Amino acid sequence: MNLLRSFVRRTPLGWLQLSKEKSRLLVALSGVAFADILMLMQLGFQGALFESGVQMPKSLNADIIITGSEIINFNNADTFPRGRLYQALDVPGVEQASPLYLSLTRWKHPITLEKGTVLLLGLDPNLEQLTRPDVKAQLDKIRLPDRILFDQNMRGDFDAVIAKIQQGTVPTTEINERQVRLNGLISVGSSFASDGLLLASDQTFLRLFPDRASTKVNLGLLQLAPGANADQVARRLDSYLPDDVQVFTRQQFVEFEYGYWKNNTAIGFIFTLGVAMGFVVGVIIVYQVLATDVNSHLEEYATFRAMGYGHQFLLGIVLEEAVILAVVGFLPSLGIAVGLYHLTRGATSLPVFMTLARAGGFWWRRW
Amino acid sequence: MQSEPAIQIQRLNHSFGKSNLKKQVLFDVNLDIFAGEIVLMTGPSGSGKTTLLTLVGSLRSAQEGSLKILGQELCGARTRTLDRARRNNGYIFQAHNLHSSLTALQNVMMGLEVHPHYSKAQMRDRASAMLAQVGLEERIHYFPDDLSGGQKQRVAIARALVSHPKLVLADEPTAALDSKSGRNVVELMQRLAKEQGCTILMVTHDNRILDIADRIVHMEDGYLAPQAVLASRR
Repeated sequence: MNLLRSFVRRTPLGWLQLSKEKSRLLVALSGVAFADILMLMQLGFQGALFESGVQMPKSLNADIIITGSEIINFNNADTFPRGRLYQALDVPGVEQASPLYLSLTRWKHPITLEKGTVLLLGLDPNLEQLTRPDVKAQLDKIRLPDRILFDQNMRGDFDAVIAKIQQGTVPTTEINERQVRLNGLISVGSSFASDGLLLASDQTFLRLFPDRASTKVNLGLLQLAPGANADQVARRLDSYLPDDVQVFTRQQFVEFEYGYWKNNTAIGFIFTLGVAMGFVVGVIIVYQVLATDVNSHLEEYATFRAMGYGHQFLLGIVLEEAVILAVVGFLPSLGIAVGLYHLTRGATSLPVFMTLARAGGFWWRRW
Repeated sequence: MQSEPAIQIQRLNHSFGKSNLKKQVLFDVNLDIFAGEIVLMTGPSGSGKTTLLTLVGSLRSAQEGSLKILGQELCGARTRTLDRARRNNGYIFQAHNLHSSLTALQNVMMGLEVHPHYSKAQMRDRASAMLAQVGLEERIHYFPDDLSGGQKQRVAIARALVSHPKLVLADEPTAALDSKSGRNVVELMQRLAKEQGCTILMVTHDNRILDIADRIVHMEDGYLAPQAVLASRR
């Protein structure tokens, strides 16, 4: 109550000082906004790194995922014997188990013949419930051999290819010296490991990679019986299956991928460093602005001290200025960052989005 | 009423610097100023006038001797005590030292804001009344940059006197003004001081305003000249 009263009668000196010098205020605000944009862009790239790393695992609709024990990340999933999947079916609650083959591979742009790196997935087209609804509708198109679904969010200029697929004229290209036909579209997006995703049946996959044995699978996708608790079943599987596999719930697997991109890649560290540097730049800019302002008001401040105002009163003025600069500078930077995110998204097909958490200052959260 | 002086200085010494570089600037100063008196302090540059004034105004901490302002001993006082003691004083500087981001009214209100018992409305009323008393009722919403030198100094006087301080300290308030504005400013101070019954201690070089004093003291090389020599001119 006392605080409120003293707030009401207080002359808003910080604000009056800042607003008196319009041009200086504008420069100060653009400095703050610049630092904010710098940090938001780094956070955006970092977020995109994490998000792109997990958007492929997220597109799998499995309740539980089994991997080889030496998995590095989704793109480099170690193989394990297919027999483990049949063993998994013994565990109560597991209704269905299906192998997923995957490989990072080079391919050629169907029209320009430019080379690129894509992640090729091979899965059983009969297991519809293991995929997202939009993919499920397309599964019939890859039942025939050498048919492939194309990721329309792939990085690069694929407008002509997409148009052709939509018209029904099926473009062809080569993977491992074998001709394949792109006859359907899915949307996933690029990551830092690959330009995008190609989806084939398990049979097509094994034909494209003759050195891969059908008994060595990369991932096992498990569907649970209705009402089964995924955490419980995962624990049971973990103790039941031999040590050459690891068991993840879907959520755990996504976390595992986040952890990989965040801690094990150079890019994760680089963006974290970028954010820290943006922060330091911001601190320096704000310090400069405030120091200049204090310097140019030293005589007035001395007079206030002579009138009986305490040290805290002067600190209050500087704090008030700092808060105003921080808040007012942040708002335009948020808008500009959203615009730059949009540009980045268009140029790279990376999932650069402004999240609520980041806009609210909780950059370490993912909501 | 005359029993207790408003300012009572006894055997006051003051030095700047430390160890080898230590330089004493005030030597054995004794001075009593009674409530309602207007005392002018003259003396050459570097004689220690401003140092004595800042000690009386609690801008510095007194080191040695005794310095009683309005009955309170300030020798060796702590920062907080000094901060509080200052609120009883009105301080007027050679430069007006108005805040350039505040209007004349807001500047004068700052002289009241330091006292927690005024409401915003009371502060505004008192400050505009005070500005009217110094003849600036037409310009209360002007910024300092839009006022003349004499007007600015009048605003500074209004700021110093608005809280009705018991003690007004002025450090060459006319130095930056032409003779006519300087005269006006000092007469204004004299009139308001008499109305409010406050004590004034003013440092000045300005011979033209010596006649407003009840008493003149002279400072030279850190010694206050014996008061018997410079008798009251009342």
